[in-house]
Amino acid sequence: MSFWVETVLLLAAMCAGGWIFRFVGRKVTNNKPFFRDMSYGVAFGYVLGAAVLVWLIWAYMLSRSSDMMVANKYFFLGKAIEGFLIFAVAAWIFRLFGRKVGTEGSRKLFRSMPLTASFGIMIILIYAILAIFAAGIAPHGQEEVFARANIVPGGDVNLGGDPAFPLGTDQIGRDILSRLIYGAQNTVGIAFVTTCLAFFVGGSLGFLAATLGGWTDQLLSRAVDVLMAIPALIFSLLLITVASAWFTGFGLTVSMVVIIAMIDSTRVYRLARAVGINIVVMDYIEAAKLRGEGLAYLVFREILPNATAPLLAEFGLRFCFVFLTISALSFLGVGIQPPLADWGTMVKDLSSFINYAVVAPQIASAPLLAAGAIALLTVAVNFVVDWMLHKSSGLKE
Amino acid sequence: MASILLIIAQRLALGLVTLFVVSIVIFTAVNLLPGDFAQLILGQGATPEAVESIRRDLGLDQGPVVRYFQWLAGAVQGDLGNSFAQANFASFAGSDTGSGLSSVAGQIAPRFENTMFLAGVTAMIAVPVAITLGVLAALFRNSVFDRATNILTLSSISSPEFFLAYILILYLAVQNQILPSLSLVNDDMTFLERVRMTLLPALTLTLVVTAHMMRMTRAAIINLLASPYIEMARLKGLSPMRVIVKHALPNALAPIINVIALNLAYLITGVVVVEVVFGYTGIGQLFVDSVKIRDIPVVQACCLIFAAAYILLNLTADIMSILSNPRLRHPK
Repeated sequence: MSFWVETVLLLAAMCAGGWIFRFVGRKVTNNKPFFRDMSYGVAFGYVLGAAVLVWLIWAYMLSRSSDMMVANKYFFLGKAIEGFLIFAVAAWIFRLFGRKVGTEGSRKLFRSMPLTASFGIMIILIYAILAIFAAGIAPHGQEEVFARANIVPGGDVNLGGDPAFPLGTDQIGRDILSRLIYGAQNTVGIAFVTTCLAFFVGGSLGFLAATLGGWTDQLLSRAVDVLMAIPALIFSLLLITVASAWFTGFGLTVSMVVIIAMIDSTRVYRLARAVGINIVVMDYIEAAKLRGEGLAYLVFREILPNATAPLLAEFGLRFCFVFLTISALSFLGVGIQPPLADWGTMVKDLSSFINYAVVAPQIASAPLLAAGAIALLTVAVNFVVDWMLHKSSGLKE
Repeated sequence: MASILLIIAQRLALGLVTLFVVSIVIFTAVNLLPGDFAQLILGQGATPEAVESIRRDLGLDQGPVVRYFQWLAGAVQGDLGNSFAQANFASFAGSDTGSGLSSVAGQIAPRFENTMFLAGVTAMIAVPVAITLGVLAALFRNSVFDRATNILTLSSISSPEFFLAYILILYLAVQNQILPSLSLVNDDMTFLERVRMTLLPALTLTLVVTAHMMRMTRAAIINLLASPYIEMARLKGLSPMRVIVKHALPNALAPIINVIALNLAYLITGVVVVEVVFGYTGIGQLFVDSVKIRDIPVVQACCLIFAAAYILLNLTADIMSILSNPRLRHPK
């Protein structure tokens, strides 16, 4: 129960701290407006922020202490802080680099970019490189099974590691680092293909409905309404159950791609139709129709170029959704099928390692690395999309 | 008042029609399966007589339309058919013991209650936290606090549920043993014990949905801050907190209620993954297990329940936004 007593005492101390902070500030600065007009809530906020900062620094110190029990307890927090700082500095350098190198347009873009957006672009680039050159970067094959299983990550021989396997091996002796890198190729690649397919189908049908109107529009829109009334993850699980009667292994993975693309294309359809309806009433569409242009020309040469901006932002968000859905399905054991390395499956397979966190945090880091890899990419894409939307909406406040 | 009842009745009717069509879609999807269920249950080496007997037992010898309406009629009365995994096929085995276990409704009912409990606990935590944080972020907009919450919420929206779940397990269950990492609930527990067991999955779900609700609350309030009546309130010399809570928040309620209902609908999807991570005996876990062993009647029934809950919550969102908006309440 002492945990709660401590918490209450700490809160009380911070409440008092907020008041003292404001009081001292007024005295020392001789009633500068900054302190004079400060409400108590703001003062408390400053103290809370300072307390969190102090706690983080203290925890980071503890994570590097020589006492193994203490260091183990703060191992993950320490690593998280290190990771955060490294990424922040890297994003800052990347933005600086972008401001100096490149064409005039790209330099201008980088100058107005917040740090979160440049972080996002950097991460996306790294993932893209990893995914394309996975075979060259990974030290071992994704299906290669080695004699020693359960090698501890970290490469420290005293702790049961092996420098040849920096992130260790899993229960049946596959190199985790290689599987993580191949995971970029499989998971991200499959999600990307799925999103493209969803956009092709949903986009074309949406523009078609907007151009033709009438019965086509009604029919397609009502069908989409019905499909959207079933939660996406639930519906895809149902359809995958059905598909698993026909396919196994790689075939099931392909059918999953088609199923998720179909389900997600309904969301794309909605947006494409909404954007398209505003475009088809334009004069230049009328002119093209009078010229006698065909339907395909209208959709792909007249409507599509004018709808790229909203569709591009939607593409980023849709990719995140698809990526998370595929990871969730793989985590549940019905998504990307083995032997392809994939992050969702890796999290599930390695999840029992998490119970070793007290004695050997290095072991427990393996499933978190795979899950973190998923989170990092979606966070990055979301940051970029957020910035794009903010920029195009012109919101100031 | 009559017109508003009419609108609600219209929406309800529309929801029912949607549910009906959805049930057709689910049934059709399941019936696309090649071969038939009887062969699936008995495997390759089944004798034709045994297959025939099971086909009769399950009513598979009838046409799809007849079977659909039988299923629908049963579902409306709460009878969702028999589970394949625990089927005991009286005529095949020659006895009829243990028939209680094999009904789908019997399996789903207790788990449905558990899932509702989990969703309820989540909502109790998430909604007040989200609205408070949203109001604070709108109050201190463009400050360090606002930016920090923006980054944190964006990150927690975009993380997969299982990542958040494992981080919480790591800190609250493994390194500091505050909460149990496995949420094994049963009927004998007291209410408090049950809440304690449910807290970790509920916290995970809270992290997922709070972020979205909070961002919408902030956006809805900030949208209103440019309107003249807010300017007026400011010029009267009211404190910023009072301007937002008393003047802006009531007008921002419609989109906020809407997004709360939509997020509760989203919980239904999120619940599946989280229940699997924590071993919580809810309907989501049953669904995933049935998908893996291809227990069609259970999958079909769970899917229908999820879809019904989803439609119902979306409908609620719709109706609530009508009720909270005077302009929609008194249409010209």
